[in-house]
Amino acid sequence: MFVYVARRIVYVIPIVVSVALVCFLLVHITPGDPLVAILPADASQELAAQLRIAYGFDRPLPVQFGLWLWKAVHGDLGHSIATGRPVLTEVMRAVGNTVTLAIAAATIGFTLGLFFGLIAGYFRDTWVDKLATSIAIAGVSVPHYWLGMVLVIIFSVQLNWLPAVGAGPGGSGAWGWDWEHIRYLILPAITTSVIPMGIVTRTVRALTGDILSQDFVEALRAKGLRETHVFRHVIKNAAPTAMAVMGLQLGYMLGGSILIETVFSWPGSGLLLNSAIFQRDLPLLQGTILVLALFFVCLNLMVDIAQAAIDPRIKRG
Amino acid sequence: MLVVGLAAAMPLAASAQTTLRIGMTAADIPRTLGQPDQGFEGNRFTGLTMYDGLTMWDLSSADKASVMIPALATEWKVDDADKKKWTFKLRPGVTFHDGSPFNADAVVWNVEKVLKQDAPQFDPSQVGVTASRMPTLASARKIDDMTVELTTKEPDSFLPINLTNLFMASPSKWQKFYDTAEGADAKAKSQAAWAAFAKDASGTGPWKMSSFTPRERLELVKNEKYWDKARVPKVDKMLLLPMPEANARTAALLSGQVDWIEAPAPDAVPQIKQRGFILKSNESPHVWPWQFSRVEGSPWNDIRVRKAANLCVDREGLKDGLLGGLMVPATGTFEPGHPWRGNVTFKIKYDKPAAQKLMQEAGFGPNKKLSVKVQTSASGSGQMLPLPMNEYLQQALAECYFDVKLDVIEWNTLFTNWRRGTKDPSANGANATNVTYAAMDPFFALVRFLQSSMAPPVSNNWGYINNPKFDELVTKARQTFEPAARDAALAELHAASVDDAAFLYVAHDVAPRAMSPKVKGFVQPKSWFVDFSPISMTP
Repeated sequence: MFVYVARRIVYVIPIVVSVALVCFLLVHITPGDPLVAILPADASQELAAQLRIAYGFDRPLPVQFGLWLWKAVHGDLGHSIATGRPVLTEVMRAVGNTVTLAIAAATIGFTLGLFFGLIAGYFRDTWVDKLATSIAIAGVSVPHYWLGMVLVIIFSVQLNWLPAVGAGPGGSGAWGWDWEHIRYLILPAITTSVIPMGIVTRTVRALTGDILSQDFVEALRAKGLRETHVFRHVIKNAAPTAMAVMGLQLGYMLGGSILIETVFSWPGSGLLLNSAIFQRDLPLLQGTILVLALFFVCLNLMVDIAQAAIDPRIKRG
Repeated sequence: MLVVGLAAAMPLAASAQTTLRIGMTAADIPRTLGQPDQGFEGNRFTGLTMYDGLTMWDLSSADKASVMIPALATEWKVDDADKKKWTFKLRPGVTFHDGSPFNADAVVWNVEKVLKQDAPQFDPSQVGVTASRMPTLASARKIDDMTVELTTKEPDSFLPINLTNLFMASPSKWQKFYDTAEGADAKAKSQAAWAAFAKDASGTGPWKMSSFTPRERLELVKNEKYWDKARVPKVDKMLLLPMPEANARTAALLSGQVDWIEAPAPDAVPQIKQRGFILKSNESPHVWPWQFSRVEGSPWNDIRVRKAANLCVDREGLKDGLLGGLMVPATGTFEPGHPWRGNVTFKIKYDKPAAQKLMQEAGFGPNKKLSVKVQTSASGSGQMLPLPMNEYLQQALAECYFDVKLDVIEWNTLFTNWRRGTKDPSANGANATNVTYAAMDPFFALVRFLQSSMAPPVSNNWGYINNPKFDELVTKARQTFEPAARDAALAELHAASVDDAAFLYVAHDVAPRAMSPKVKGFVQPKSWFVDFSPISMTP
């Protein structure tokens, strides 16, 4: 197990460096001037050159990348061009808000996904299966920003039950799992949960159906085990795959959804990315992408390790 | 009994606080350390609220153009012998929010924060949004506690107008942060001090910072000790919330989460009105134009063609149809009533027969169309609805024998290309560019486009306009120091530019904002800015 974990960690290093390189290059090769955010177009050439030097944009790209990576390894992602605030502080605050949203959305999505998936798998080809499958298809098909707007129109604008935007009465700086804050979380969390709900439903349904058709289930039933015991075996067999799917979905959610967070002005990593892109704030954009990529890679690593811990066949593979 | 009841109720009434909650279009709170980012929206919300300049805009009228008036300086004059030297008399009795006095030292300190690179308080991040708005300012010198001398690189009568953009931050407060800041060297300590100052700002403005969560909210409270008693805010608190998405802002207003939103979603305007909310708008110092290439071989070098384009657009149709009333048809950079309008002889209006006649005189007709290419963006600050508006122009101009091709690029790229000019390969062969501009001050509104020396890479004369008359009038305006005469010179320059059909003038934005009927006393001036002081909230 130790060797497996060590090998997986070593595999992660080139992935992270590649991600860092790609995101660094992507934001540098796009047209336009990174100083547009702070430098009006009628600023003098002298001033533009002065700021270009101050931000290090005058240096060759490999040098810029090397310096950026070196500092990043030491926990310094630079300062936002637009606000002057440390990128790491900005990103971590946003990631914290996204994690809050992802936890809420994952709880809703995975609970409903498991429920629908299991009953669809157990009652395959019945109306229950058709209903659960339809809900799953709707979950993955509906444009979630559109769903978000519909929910806002119904629950905020028409019924005035829940807030339309924001992270709480005092902002996320005063976040707590109290009703006043949870009210702000409900609509974005439901909107974010529909895709994982749909995907988990479909995965679990397929797994359940597959497992139920296997010989060992027949054997368990033949031994006279109660259906609740059989169900436990089904869950145990389905768990590794379902966890992998859930891990990936959680990774996507931790990456933040630009659209959902923008629709709800939820101050997470998606909204941060949105504003970094629009302000062409390169240090912020690079830092955000790097941190999110690291989250994604770490999450996948944890899922892999957890899968291996549950299913010994994976370690052997 | 009644007396007892009233006495019991009085403390409650006295403690009832009023809060104005505003949904901004910005994705983040504009910088709070004295020189805001995010263009004039930044100045509107975190500049003019917490800070003052030596001069300011008169925002009290919805009917008259906003003009520059005294603020922290009560009077000023240029030196008779050396027109590069200005003396400013400062307003006595003004204090910063931290209680320290505003004086000549504070002015020198604030000038040096953006101009003097070896000053401890020099902050490169504040330079971009300041130096370019007062390009001739060179230095500041204290004469006595309440008098300061400012020097420009060349004689420049626009200086007092440009100074509306230099906000006075408290040197004492900053120094306290600097003295306790951690850092390897003076530069790092300075950066840390500015970061701390941004979280706990201190200016002289009518609003004081009370709490700040970056990217989420800024809470301001009224400054009871504001130097202009008439402008002490009437509401106790103002809450500024970034909401970059128009539908989200609109939903926040309709659900009662905020009291005021900037730029509501256009298609929600009928619903906003129907539900009893108030929509405010006014002509803004903003122009939505096509800026023509004037290099050799450009089709726009023929004044008949430029005039024809200006006469071929039904701006009223654009306003009432596509834009739902949210624009003012442009007949120049400044409209009638503005002190810099001048005696314009070329009347810009919709006159298709006249436009067709001009085009025919220039050698074009139904069988020989003039091909022109314009570079534009799909979105962008101030661009309004760039694609549908350009498609409208494309169809309109087709009736006057133009064949318009659109080159749509990303906003930041368009903005960068603006500076590079029509000769640069990034123009993709376009002979017009569609970048909107602010027209608050003479340099931004006229000089950077019309003066030949402002051609790329110096400034925004994208099309390399080289008209000796414009150059002469720019110099005259810059070197006329008596305000009325300076305004007359600017009016002459503006009239000359319209008569020359220097641009295709299409629209002025109207800065639409929607608000709850509880919001009272708001005057929407003809400006990018707003005075929040007279606003009150009914329960």
